[in-house]
Amino acid sequence: MSLISPWRADFPALDALERQGQTYLDSAATAQKPQALIDALAHYYANGAANVHRAQHLPGALATQAFEDTRHKAAEWLHAGACGQVVFTHGATSAFNLLACGLEHLFQTGDEIVISALEHHANLLPWQQLAKRRGLKLVVLPLTAQGVIDLDAARNLIGSRTRLLAVSQLSNVLGTWQPVAPLIALAKAHGAFTVIDGAQGVVHGRHDVQALDCDFYVFSSHKLYGPDGVGVLFGRHQALAQLRPWQFGGEMVLQTDYHHATFRPAPLGFEAGTPPVSGVIGLGATLDYLNDVNHLAAAEHEANLHALLRAGLVLREGVQLVGEPEVALVSFVIDGVHNADLAHLLTEQGIAVRAGHHCAIPLINTLGLSGAIRVSLGIYNDSDDLERFFNALDQALELLR
Amino acid sequence: MNLPEPARTAVETFGTSLSWEQRARLLMQWGDRLPAMADDEKTDEHLVDGCESKVWLLADVIDGHWQFRAASDARLIRGLVALLLARVNGLSAQDLEQVDLPDWFNQLGLSRHLSPSRSNGLNAVLQKMRQLAG
Repeated sequence: MSLISPWRADFPALDALERQGQTYLDSAATAQKPQALIDALAHYYANGAANVHRAQHLPGALATQAFEDTRHKAAEWLHAGACGQVVFTHGATSAFNLLACGLEHLFQTGDEIVISALEHHANLLPWQQLAKRRGLKLVVLPLTAQGVIDLDAARNLIGSRTRLLAVSQLSNVLGTWQPVAPLIALAKAHGAFTVIDGAQGVVHGRHDVQALDCDFYVFSSHKLYGPDGVGVLFGRHQALAQLRPWQFGGEMVLQTDYHHATFRPAPLGFEAGTPPVSGVIGLGATLDYLNDVNHLAAAEHEANLHALLRAGLVLREGVQLVGEPEVALVSFVIDGVHNADLAHLLTEQGIAVRAGHHCAIPLINTLGLSGAIRVSLGIYNDSDDLERFFNALDQALELLR
Repeated sequence: MNLPEPARTAVETFGTSLSWEQRARLLMQWGDRLPAMADDEKTDEHLVDGCESKVWLLADVIDGHWQFRAASDARLIRGLVALLLARVNGLSAQDLEQVDLPDWFNQLGLSRHLSPSRSNGLNAVLQKMRQLAG
């Protein structure tokens, strides 16, 4: 079955990578960029860069307009409606750190933070370190054999001491959708804050933060075909109002003398210093592009590719899938073959996949693995990419066995 | 500089134009020829931090000359480490300092495996060697 991506031509790097003999199957790490984004960056830099929210001059006004337009587009992408707004950070990691610092004052010794066993380090370490600072208990929700957060266990573990729940929507290792809506409902029933790590989830579906009812939703631009250096933090108005500023500097201040200061509310109060202006403008162009992509067709294409990938892998002797991947990516190990050896030989053949712990060391250890190879897909991938991967895999296995 | 005998062999073997399969086969052969390390020597203390695969490294000085021993659970890394040992084993501390390792892997057509973006840990092995010899 030949699966052709109608969007491949919109991403010039795919052609360039092909000329370099590279097959890109690492979009879960970072995605390639559409021409629309490249054009927007070039246009911004070629027609007058300016700082935002500061200057009265025309270039400043245009940059601010484009910057703020992206804020609206990002909120629309999440169907935020009027329930909250978007704060720009320097990445998803930065957004989680903002939350862990900005909410710190609300925690008391003995309070509990609930995460899950599959969290990326970005949604683990800020909470782990907050727990250490404040004498909190970090509760880790276990997974089912399918690689999904165990809701039965969660019902027992989320309780009156829970002050915050922070979980991933789509696992970057297991490729499984997580039951975030019931988890949020459980946490809300106990008055806890809810944080969703949408870094992977936002790329593979349109989500509705109003329906999810989360307080915060975090994603990074670069995985959603946008520029790097930009993170999006959506927050509900009431939740944002409880955040304390965490970084101090230009433009986040209302009034200051040498010894005292008052600060702006969200979003600007959390955007100290010059934000990534070009990156945010580029993200706006990416979202415009993605809005023109037929989402049903894209989801179907991704699902077909994913099925092909899964089927091809399980056909091969000794392949063990990690969990039961549903979308976007498949992680696997091979009996008797070291991941590092396989990764080495795939690299030699121009196959760009990720090997190792995928920034989720506790999860990899929990699964009893030392690492895994992850193949991840973008809308620009096609069945030829997978064929090249499978050929390379067969060659590598022939050598190693 | 006079290369140690195993290093000359390595250059003769790897320094020619090879297909990726030939290179991989040779690396595995070199790895397989590394003297086995006893299990009780494969301790956390001897583990090189920062490798995706496990690499253990031990160093001894015999009559003023460095002798490293290494093991890895990954075959190709074992081969790369074997090539590293071929270049440095038997050198005095003074000679060891003079070794230009990026150049060494360049001579072998393997410089890509030393690039900082590679997480195979070869750089970490070098660092640990220098630490031990420091």
